Amino acid sequence: MQKDNTTSALPTPAARVRQRKRSNEVPPEASKANGNHLLADDRNKYRSMWIRAHSTVWMIGGFALIIYMGHLYIWAMVVVIQIFMARELFCLLRKTHEDSHLPGFRLLNWHFFFTAMLFVYGRILSQRLVNTVTPDKFLYKLVGNLIKYHMVTCYFLYIAGFMWFILTLKKKMYKYQFGQYAWTHMILIVVFTQSAFTVANIFEGIFWFLLPASLIVINDIAAYIFGFFFGRTPLIKLSPKKTWEGLLFVSYLVAMQAHHSKPLYNTNLFMQLANIMGRFQWLTCPRKDLSTGWLHCDPGPLFKPENFDLSGWVPRWFPWKEVSILPVQWHALCVGLFASIIAPFGGFFASGFKRAFKIKDFGDSIPGHGGITDRMDCQMVMAVFAYTYHQSFVMAQSCSVEMILEQILMNLTFEEQQDLYVKLGQMFRERQFRQS
Amino acid sequence: MQKDQNMSVSPTPTARIRHRRRSNEVPSEFGKSNGSHLLVNDHNKYKSMWIRAYSSMWMIGGFIAIIYLGHLYIWAMVVVIQIFMARELFNLLRRAHEDKHLPGFRLLNWHFFFTAMLFVYGRILSQQLVNTMSTDKFFYKLVSGLLKYQMVICYFLYIAGFMWFILTLKKKMYKYQFGQYAWTHMILIVVFTQSSFIVGNIFEGIFWFLLPASLIVINDIAAYFFGFFFGKTPLIKLSPKKTWEGFIGGSVATVISAFVLANILGHFPWLTCPRKDLSTGWLRCDPDPLFKPEHYPLLEWVPQWFPWKEISVLPVQWHALCLGLFASIIAPFGGFFASGFKRAFKIKDFGDSIPGHGGITDRMDCQMVMAVFAYIYHQSFVVPQSYSVEMILNQILRNLTFEEQHALYMKLGQIFQERQLGLSSSSMSSYVM
Repeated sequence: MQKDNTTSALPTPAARVRQRKRSNEVPPEASKANGNHLLADDRNKYRSMWIRAHSTVWMIGGFALIIYMGHLYIWAMVVVIQIFMARELFCLLRKTHEDSHLPGFRLLNWHFFFTAMLFVYGRILSQRLVNTVTPDKFLYKLVGNLIKYHMVTCYFLYIAGFMWFILTLKKKMYKYQFGQYAWTHMILIVVFTQSAFTVANIFEGIFWFLLPASLIVINDIAAYIFGFFFGRTPLIKLSPKKTWEGLLFVSYLVAMQAHHSKPLYNTNLFMQLANIMGRFQWLTCPRKDLSTGWLHCDPGPLFKPENFDLSGWVPRWFPWKEVSILPVQWHALCVGLFASIIAPFGGFFASGFKRAFKIKDFGDSIPGHGGITDRMDCQMVMAVFAYTYHQSFVMAQSCSVEMILEQILMNLTFEEQQDLYVKLGQMFRERQFRQS
Repeated sequence: MQKDQNMSVSPTPTARIRHRRRSNEVPSEFGKSNGSHLLVNDHNKYKSMWIRAYSSMWMIGGFIAIIYLGHLYIWAMVVVIQIFMARELFNLLRRAHEDKHLPGFRLLNWHFFFTAMLFVYGRILSQQLVNTMSTDKFFYKLVSGLLKYQMVICYFLYIAGFMWFILTLKKKMYKYQFGQYAWTHMILIVVFTQSSFIVGNIFEGIFWFLLPASLIVINDIAAYFFGFFFGKTPLIKLSPKKTWEGFIGGSVATVISAFVLANILGHFPWLTCPRKDLSTGWLRCDPDPLFKPEHYPLLEWVPQWFPWKEISVLPVQWHALCLGLFASIIAPFGGFFASGFKRAFKIKDFGDSIPGHGGITDRMDCQMVMAVFAYIYHQSFVVPQSYSVEMILNQILRNLTFEEQHALYMKLGQIFQERQLGLSSSSMSSYVM
């Protein structure tokens, strides 16, 4: 019974509190409970809450430190997390018996991993790398060439791995090998999509990385605590420990905004968070190169406070007559809605996956929690959404003639600028020709 | 024995000749042959060669007709081929028993297929469409609005499919459902990567689609015939009917024909001009410097009686050599992959759409590897463009209205003029001093 409790655990991961008992920690006598899986009825929950809270505090502390240190270090953290996630997932469906007959097969996985890393980060960092080495002519040429042939390099690395795979196919192991090959691809896609989007967001401004990640964390903690104390109705068969009470509480946090948008009454946690974060230049400025120094920039129109007059809304005795809201808070609202309602599906997916393949945890790196993938599954869904949202709604708003002109003058060499000018002219002429 | 020969077939597919017997066509008395798998020793080969040649002729004929019709029709053909490939592959690992308990699961596959199609073709066509629809204001606004938010739309469609998948997970079927989900993703990635690259190449000029595809075909036919007449040494355990003689002969033939074919194809503007919009009319353009013939005098190299004193070589023929090398040496690995895959899952063919050949996927497996390479080669070595310029150009086209683009253009022009004036005045002043 208790073992059942532990396997059918809450999989909503966040790098924070999650109360899930590990089978070797819980004494068996508590298993004579009424068979109810809900957390509210777990006797041992307070004890494991402490264990969990402890490692959570450490994780949050480390995270805050890295945020303080800057973009490059955050990127390095993402890469490290990726490597550990990939390692956990690679090991997951491996069967030791077959592996003994296939030397060098594990190496193939890491070859593809390295290729994917080169491809993904090459694209994202190419422009910033160019901006960093601009003063030095020789390095600039070298880097420019590397970037130009980046796609070919990655392609040939991939083809080399592909040919290696085919040449090492062994009779009677075909099915296992093909299964592993497909599995490797799926893992790499899942891991690298989210990290590529995360890193792209980081260089647009730490705000766009920090806000979604924090929202997931808060969502998880809030749903957990509420479910801990009041949870009665199970939410979904996949995750018996999640409850409707938890979900509704979180939705309440999100919904409480339009009617009470006064600063102190603003019970919308997400919007407040965005308000606080939006005031730090370290978090809101984009990083155009790979330096680690301090950042100064003109905060875009999104981060300039707008003052709303409140005189019609509040009674006479209320001291504050107007509210200053950063426009970015409205974006935070959308992101927050997504984080509460859709991101948990990442957790359900991981939960179903573990049941399908009868595994309890993805790994055991984090004491009291599970593996890194357990922490990151909701983050993955969120990271992709945050990037898509940013590209479609935030960047589009801030694109104007002046901004693009500035980009052109700053980022392109004289020849490239001329090239762009010529191409634009051609396009206009063709368009006019077609219209006439 | 004969059945064995049927199973261990060479899978290099192309839409052309491939000699592979189907088990229900060959009479069983030939099974008592010497157990050798090589094609040279097959008695029935001439008969099946005719069957194969016949359907190949039809396929080549249809292909040429579509090339003549133009870019849009080629694109449509690629889309149709994609749909059939996806259908074959979706059906491949499905188990009828489990499927009964999962109504609507097949629909999920097609939902993801539709999302992928929207995503891939939306990106490619965004530029083309913008250029086409400049006449009608309302339609233009609608389409450009769709394209602007294309990423979000595709993302939400995908998330909807993801949530649908999770909500339909059934107890005791988790493993099957997750397996199917992963399988769907792999299929879609394989099918759409190659088709998006093909379509990307088509609009750069049909030449860059036709040449790689033809090279694969030629490689296959040449390797087949060399194996037919001279094949003795098996090449790889995965495909017992392939031989080293066929491989080497095919490679040489492919490289030579790449050189010659590029010359022939490079003289048609229909094939070499890029298509900037979605019209279907005739194309006229300034031939790219790649397609302008260069003349090399041959005086020292050839004897006196040789009539031609110089040869004209299009620079693009050197690129064709590289493509030919790749097509003969690396592209067959696509075929080996498909062959190994079929053995792993104990299937004989991917489908049976094409009589005498197999399914569409059987024909397309080498093409897929080649299409990706052709696109990457083109982007890296043929088109001398810079990544940054493309990026900013895309931004301009996507995010600014026509008036804003014009304003940007004017301002850039002004800046250049000022820069030139500034340079000339400073140089004059230094000269004076």
